[in-house]
Amino acid sequence: MKPSLGLPGRVVLGLVVLVLLFAGWVVWRNLPADEREAERPLDLTHAAVIARGEYLARAGNCMGCHTTRGGTPFAGGRGIETPFGTIYAPNLTPDPETGLGAWTADDFWRAMHDGRGRDGRLLYPAFPYPNYTHVTREDTDAIYAYLRSLPPVQQPRREHELRFPYSLQASLAVWRALYFTPRGLEPEADKPPAWNRGRYLVEGLGHCMACHASRDALGGALDSGGSLMPNGKWYAPSLHARHQAGVAQWETADVVALLKTGVSRKASVMGPMAEVVFYSTQYLSEDDLRAMAVYLQALPQEEPPPPLSPRELEEQRADAVVLDLGRRVYEQQCASCHGDRGSGQASAYPALAGNRAVLVTPPHNVIQAILWGGFTPTTAGNPRPYGMPPFGHVLNDQEVAAVATYIRQSWGNQAPAVTSLQVSRAR
Amino acid sequence: MSAWKYFVFAVWALALVGPAAVSAQEARPLDSMAQRMQACAVCHGKEGRASSEGYLPRIAGKPAGYLYNQLVNFREGRRQNAAMNHLMQHMSDDYLREIARYFAELDLPYPAPQRAAVSDDVLVRGEGLVRRGDAKRDVPACVACHGEQMTGMLPAVPGLLGLPRDYLIGQLGAWRTGHRKAMAPDCMAAIAKRLTDEDIAAAASWLAAQPVPGGGKPAPAPTTRGPMECGSAIR
Repeated sequence: MKPSLGLPGRVVLGLVVLVLLFAGWVVWRNLPADEREAERPLDLTHAAVIARGEYLARAGNCMGCHTTRGGTPFAGGRGIETPFGTIYAPNLTPDPETGLGAWTADDFWRAMHDGRGRDGRLLYPAFPYPNYTHVTREDTDAIYAYLRSLPPVQQPRREHELRFPYSLQASLAVWRALYFTPRGLEPEADKPPAWNRGRYLVEGLGHCMACHASRDALGGALDSGGSLMPNGKWYAPSLHARHQAGVAQWETADVVALLKTGVSRKASVMGPMAEVVFYSTQYLSEDDLRAMAVYLQALPQEEPPPPLSPRELEEQRADAVVLDLGRRVYEQQCASCHGDRGSGQASAYPALAGNRAVLVTPPHNVIQAILWGGFTPTTAGNPRPYGMPPFGHVLNDQEVAAVATYIRQSWGNQAPAVTSLQVSRAR
Repeated sequence: MSAWKYFVFAVWALALVGPAAVSAQEARPLDSMAQRMQACAVCHGKEGRASSEGYLPRIAGKPAGYLYNQLVNFREGRRQNAAMNHLMQHMSDDYLREIARYFAELDLPYPAPQRAAVSDDVLVRGEGLVRRGDAKRDVPACVACHGEQMTGMLPAVPGLLGLPRDYLIGQLGAWRTGHRKAMAPDCMAAIAKRLTDEDIAAAASWLAAQPVPGGGKPAPAPTTRGPMECGSAIR
């Protein structure tokens, strides 16, 4: 007679089978992607290929993360703060020991397309390979050619500072099994060429959704929009919503102007988006910017929330004491530029009435703007920008919260109050 | 339409257009550097004329080369101040040159000097360091580079007068700890490391107590070499 398993035994056996199946699935999902050869092998030392690579590296804003403040471009070392710990961008210059000197074009393609290092290790998706996987082999080869043309800089990489269990390769394998599939973007035949080109730039090299898409608790990007930046200081508003950063209702020329110059009739850039314009989009061709605009304008749009009832509005309205403090701060510090009625002045000082950056919830961006001020980035189209002073050391948390609340609830603006706690966390 | 109706309509139209015309006249044309530089006013004072009290330095009238070097140093992290590091992040060299020139060309009166509550001995020690340095420790006199009048030297050496004592102490201390840096060779870092806390406090107290001669105008560019090689002077 065969010994039969009791109930506990069967449960254990079932769990073991499940775990094995899961492990097998994770391994299967992490099998190396196809080794696709370049369809048309490029001469990687040709000046035109290198120039093309430089342009594409701009489009991908590689320099933004792979350069420290004041450091040699592309030599790495900048720490990217994430909820899972700090990730240090490596050295992309062709130094044989500390950079990409020993990498082949195939190694580079594997990193971009499949998120694997030269040694086969899985890379952290702070390097936005879930987007770069869409980049063609020809384009990654051109970027590789450009990086090879840089002067080599000896700068050892810093080890990432990640908390357990995120520090394990196995955790990364599970993450990739859940969220990552290496694949290019097949053009959609029924869409115009500009839309397809725009999609390639926005979803691929531009990696716009790395910030602008919502993420679930494990850091997987969702299709809808709006997300706190990984350091928790700024909010990347949704490109799928006209009350956030959606541009479906804009003129295409305004979208192009914003990406090209940092300012437009509709909005100006600040915070992390100022960095994007400064290092990346200002250098893109008119055609590519137009294509990105066309694609962004065609994104599916969410319905804005329904207007509040009079009763809900009453409940949302801040205390008179807070609004009074906010008004006094506003009159003293803000009104001389932004106007008594929040109407701003031409292109120099933005209007606050009806300004999405003021109204968007969560209110991180308006708080950051008040605490740190800032200039829009200098660009060829806007070489001498206007700037706003930082008030972080002039106003206390309560005053920042009050003035933010005041501008969110005046001149027809109707947005929830900002609390001192939110300001204190934003510092 | 009868005449009185035209009249009423004309009055109504004037009532609508009148205020708009007036406010159009009042609206300032928006294209000046002063309007662009609002970001600086909250800390450095209107027109870059911070007072001699408190911590924040005056920027008006300093040599353009010096101001430009500082703006670049803030952008690239050689000088540390969270607000300045933030403001300079996305600025081109050309615009920083223009900003430096704008503040350098402002010609504004200086406030009265501030005598700190320190003994005469401290001031004597401070004056000695500023005027003669300390050869035993290889500390050159401040006046050797910052000008006989201590109002700086073109093109890139700043004046030392009209600044708050706390700011002077803060900067020399930051140089000593490596918190503030300049282009290599960083002569001020080398000098600051040869100074003691007492030296720094004495020199800063004496400098902050001096009136600013001649409107604080920097001296012309030197014709002879200074006592040390300074990277920031070359730029």
